[in-house]
Amino acid sequence: MNLEEYRGVWVFIEQQEGQIIDVGLELLGAGRDLADKLEVDLCGVLLGHNVKDSAKELFAYGADKVYVIDDPVLEKYRTETHMTAVGDLVRKYKPEIFIYGATSNGKDLASAVATEVMTGLTADTTLLDVNVEKRLFEASRPAFGGNIMATILCKKHRPQMATVRPKVMPKPEPDHTRKGEIIEEKISIKEEDLRTKVLEIVRDMNKAVNLEDADVIVAAGKGIKDEKGFAMVKELADVLNATVGASRDLVEAGLCGHDHQVGQTGLTVTPKIYFAIGISGAVQHVVGMQNSEMIIAINNDPEAAIFNAAHYGIVADAFEIVPMLTEEFRKALKGEKAGGVTADV
Amino acid sequence: MNILVCIKQVPDTKIIKVNPKTNTLDRSSAPTILNPYDAHAVEEAVRLRKEHGGKIIVLSMGPPQARLAIRKCIEIGADEGYLISDRRFAGADTLATSYALFKAIEKLKEEEGIELVLCGKHAIDGDTGQTGPGIARRMGIPPLTNVIKVEEVDLDKKLMKVRRKIENGYELIQTSLPCLLTIEKEMNEVSYSPLPNMMRAARYEPIVWTVDDLNDVDIKQLGLKGSPTIVGKMWPPEKSSGAEMIEGSTKEQVEKLLSVTYEKRELFGVKGGEKS
Ligand SMILES: Cc1cc2nc3c(=O)[nH]c(=O)nc-3n(C[C@H](O)[C@H](O)[C@H](O)COP(=O)(O)OP(=O)(O)OC[C@H]3O[C@@H](n4cnc5c(N)ncnc54)[C@H](O)[C@@H]3O)c2cc1C
Ligand SMILES: Nc1ncnc2c1ncn2[C@@H]1O[C@H](COP(=O)(O)O)[C@@H](O)[C@H]1O
Repeated sequence: MNLEEYRGVWVFIEQQEGQIIDVGLELLGAGRDLADKLEVDLCGVLLGHNVKDSAKELFAYGADKVYVIDDPVLEKYRTETHMTAVGDLVRKYKPEIFIYGATSNGKDLASAVATEVMTGLTADTTLLDVNVEKRLFEASRPAFGGNIMATILCKKHRPQMATVRPKVMPKPEPDHTRKGEIIEEKISIKEEDLRTKVLEIVRDMNKAVNLEDADVIVAAGKGIKDEKGFAMVKELADVLNATVGASRDLVEAGLCGHDHQVGQTGLTVTPKIYFAIGISGAVQHVVGMQNSEMIIAINNDPEAAIFNAAHYGIVADAFEIVPMLTEEFRKALKGEKAGGVTADV
Repeated sequence: MNILVCIKQVPDTKIIKVNPKTNTLDRSSAPTILNPYDAHAVEEAVRLRKEHGGKIIVLSMGPPQARLAIRKCIEIGADEGYLISDRRFAGADTLATSYALFKAIEKLKEEEGIELVLCGKHAIDGDTGQTGPGIARRMGIPPLTNVIKVEEVDLDKKLMKVRRKIENGYELIQTSLPCLLTIEKEMNEVSYSPLPNMMRAARYEPIVWTVDDLNDVDIKQLGLKGSPTIVGKMWPPEKSSGAEMIEGSTKEQVEKLLSVTYEKRELFGVKGGEKS
């Protein structure tokens, strides 16, 4: 493999039912930085049916070029079609870096493409950089077991690939004056040759838990111990009209569903206020909430790592302070809601 | 329908600790377990065998201790276990892992015929979820990741319908057999093992293969040598300036907290996401 032949930064642009989803735009923002440092083009890859018009939108978010394959066979995501299409593009145009959103389909595709073109792939990264001199992609992620980050390198294979969690990279401000080039390609696969068929897509938009859109999240960890502790936290969340979040250990303890889990293997959230109650602050949790506007941590251990990530920290016993907090907020907000009377705080 | 399940022994990451001085993992501190998603995969295989017959073979790559994880699968109900274990496999990333497992599957396929391959959604140590799709690509069969339900199996037509979890919902997919599924927790509950299974598992010795037992292996694609990705550096995550600590008696702490959130109090009026 002649590494010198590989140039350019690529972003896979995922669409759902024809709509480009945010993660691709976020990655164009992150990819722009990498491409600028390496002095190469930033390219989007957009596959689907009747998606060509949306391709132009991507220039505003930083793409210089967009590779589009528009074909009925690509209407719904399937590993077999998308892997072949992307694999062909990679072999033809040879990008040096290729990033994908770490969504169900993004991860599925990236894994298949990595084997298809025989290269390295780093999963669920949260930090991207590049060593310009060596043109080496530095994709970092929390590594297993604790408070540690690791940079994964792929020295001898191209493209250097990674998946990136949604919402970790900020979505850039669009600049609608930017222009770019659309390159149309074809796919050689025919429907008759395919072995899978998407019969139905069911999206439940009214999920019971909607952590990703919540303005206020009250999250609990193992420190709240049991059902009584969890009920106490839920009560605070109720008073604050907040959504309940959780650490993985709380989910695994069976106190709430996986829908509530924040972190590397749960959701990434960016609320205006995030309460972390009895959460130690392991890196896998912190990567999922560190971009919240205001983080308030309550923990009885003054050394807890969560205090490094928080804006305000309170060393206290959750069982003592949370009920008091609920009561005081209840009183204060009652005045507010009743008629806009300024709360006495 | 013969089913092959790839299973991995992992450190119980809930217990493993990092040495704060050296930033390395203290592996000796962690007991090992069967990767929880793989347990769900074996359980599903047991369920499918009940309906469609056939044999359940589990396959693992790992050090000799991985026998324990295989025994656990026998307990859940697997018929046979194979362990590929050799220093030359060591240090593999997902590309090299999928190659080694694929080579073992090829050999097993010659002996038994395999209609379905199951993997866990991901392994809780590496947490990549890349191995399953890699194996499927190498075998040339469709991968279906994040499966939460097998809706229908038609062995005559060699078709299967499954539900795949996607953002905010699921999709119903029809696939031809053989195929590979990666299994989510929602798939099933891993039930308590019946006593005869436990007794069989306690004495069970998996068949162990080294690289030399596999056919036409390209050594360059195995282990560390066959792994395109390497760990560059490890470091503790950036410490921000740290929190402003709210001190005082609990009562004072509560009062101060109310005042720091005072400016944002309108947020407490409506529940997020339910924008009026
Ligand atoms: C591959 C992988 C992926 C992971 N993904 C995630 C993920 O997505 N999300 C996630 O959250 N974790 C994840 N983890 C787990 C993570 O490493 C931690 O184990 C987990 O976040 C710890 O949860 P916790 O803080 O609730 O529990 P603990 O670490 O047990 O912390 C409990 C905290 O509560 C405090 N406490 C105890 N009693 C009280 C009291 N009375 N009042 C106040 N405080 C009290 C303690 O001081 C302690 O800090 C992952 C791990 C791995 C290996
Ligand atoms: N060493 C291994 N031996 C057997 N199966 C494995 C191994 N590594 C990964 N797998 C399978 O691949 C799945 C995903 O693992 P990973 O890609 O490491 O997240 C696991 O749930 C297993 O089913």
